[in-house]
Amino acid sequence: MSALRLSPGRPVATAPAESLAGPAISVEGVTKVYGPRGSHTFALDRISLEVAPGEFCCLVGASGCGKTTLLNLLAGLDTPATGTVSVQGRTSLMFQESALFPWLSVRGNINLALRLAGVPRAERHDRASELLRMVRLKGMGGKRPHELSGGMRQRVALARALAQKASVLLMDEPFGALDAITRDLLHDEIERVWQETGITVVFVTHNVREGVRLGDRVLVLSSRPGRVVDEFRVDIPRPRRLDDSEVSSLSGLITDRLRQEVRRHGA
Amino acid sequence: MALEIQDPPRTDHEAEIAGLDALDIPIAPAKGRFSKTWEGLWPKLAAIALFFGGWQLITWLELKPSWVLPGPIAVLGEFWKLAWEGTPQTPHILLHATANTLQRAAIGYAISVVVGVVIGLAVARSRVLRAAVGSMITGLQTMPTIAWLPLAVLLFQLSETAITFVVILGAAPAIANGVISGVDHIPPVLLRAGRVLGARGLSNYRFVVLPAAFPGLVAGLKQGWAFCWRSLMAGELIVIIAAKPSLGVGLQYAGSLPTPKG
Repeated sequence: MSALRLSPGRPVATAPAESLAGPAISVEGVTKVYGPRGSHTFALDRISLEVAPGEFCCLVGASGCGKTTLLNLLAGLDTPATGTVSVQGRTSLMFQESALFPWLSVRGNINLALRLAGVPRAERHDRASELLRMVRLKGMGGKRPHELSGGMRQRVALARALAQKASVLLMDEPFGALDAITRDLLHDEIERVWQETGITVVFVTHNVREGVRLGDRVLVLSSRPGRVVDEFRVDIPRPRRLDDSEVSSLSGLITDRLRQEVRRHGA
Repeated sequence: MALEIQDPPRTDHEAEIAGLDALDIPIAPAKGRFSKTWEGLWPKLAAIALFFGGWQLITWLELKPSWVLPGPIAVLGEFWKLAWEGTPQTPHILLHATANTLQRAAIGYAISVVVGVVIGLAVARSRVLRAAVGSMITGLQTMPTIAWLPLAVLLFQLSETAITFVVILGAAPAIANGVISGVDHIPPVLLRAGRVLGARGLSNYRFVVLPAAFPGLVAGLKQGWAFCWRSLMAGELIVIIAAKPSLGVGLQYAGSLPTPKG
């Protein structure tokens, strides 16, 4: 396995998922500390995890579990104090806000991502059209972000993230600000896009049921310090629904585990 | 990884997404170009009419004698006459003066924009520079132009350079301040998105920071233009260059005559 240290913004070897040997993401003994010496807090304490190529991995945790820190490390926006982070290929990151550039049209946002990813000018238009079609926003390319609904903006953000030729998609509560009906439909959408592209997904959420609905695996993080305290494999066949009884009962189990963690802080 | 993207299959799900999109898009009443233009235009026209109407009304009331405060018709007529006045060497002095002044304004403003944007960006993005000169920029901005003139004349004598110098000192700090506040008000998530997309160094400024700071930049540019114009008038009132008519010189000359009509 040639685990490449992720250098931010630079495309690393991008082999198709099938040929990857070893994990797509490997985090080993990573610690990240915030605050001054003496009164510092551990955002992450000796955290270790692995994600297989093409896996949909969900992380759930209460506030202070260091999820943003972890995603920043995976995205190469930050470096760990100790331990190693290795990611095969390039990452892209989606936030709770779409974070689309308001001065650009939908197509302009995607084009910029393509440009920064080094896609030659001649290919950008067709590529952007493909991506728009993929998130079912064909014909919306000329709109400005403010003209779209929250759900549509998140789909543009997804298209923009996919434009980066990334092999790992990091999602930081991407549907947290959406209404329930939209969120439900976007669960189907992200699942479809994931299956079509074979991309590796790391999906952070506070919503346990969402994690079970989407994930191949759900990791439970503790808070302050952030650590992986438990792991649940989700073997429920797809397509799943949020209201499937199996989804429900596994969510119950994970929620209990999460509450146990939260109680620790109240004692 | 190369993504193989096919047309998604047509399903109920597609119809659901399309339906939700259709429901989500706000229904805005379509307006014609004419009604849009008119909506923006009529308040301006009304304001101009009100101004001249009020002025005329005051002259009719004769609160002040007409040689102190003439009416709009008399002033506009005088202006028209003045526009055609000139000497055999320079016909249409007013036209020449306006051209000279506008040229100085354009050159001074252009330099101010470059200087202001560069300084503004540097100060906004560097903590050390901000601590060092951040408040000084605001200080410079509040400095009356007239106070710079002795120094300008000392350094550059009565020359174009002296005028340009005070124009830049007037306008550049305002523009720099606009850029700084524009950069400060960029939502952090946009900067983060830029980093995630791989915008670094120069491309970060070009594709993310500058466009995101644009509202502040425009505010700074407007203020800069105002300061540029004020500094220019102050400069032209003092720095009078022979055989080079300008609006400032005209003002100076007209101010010394006994009639407000010039």
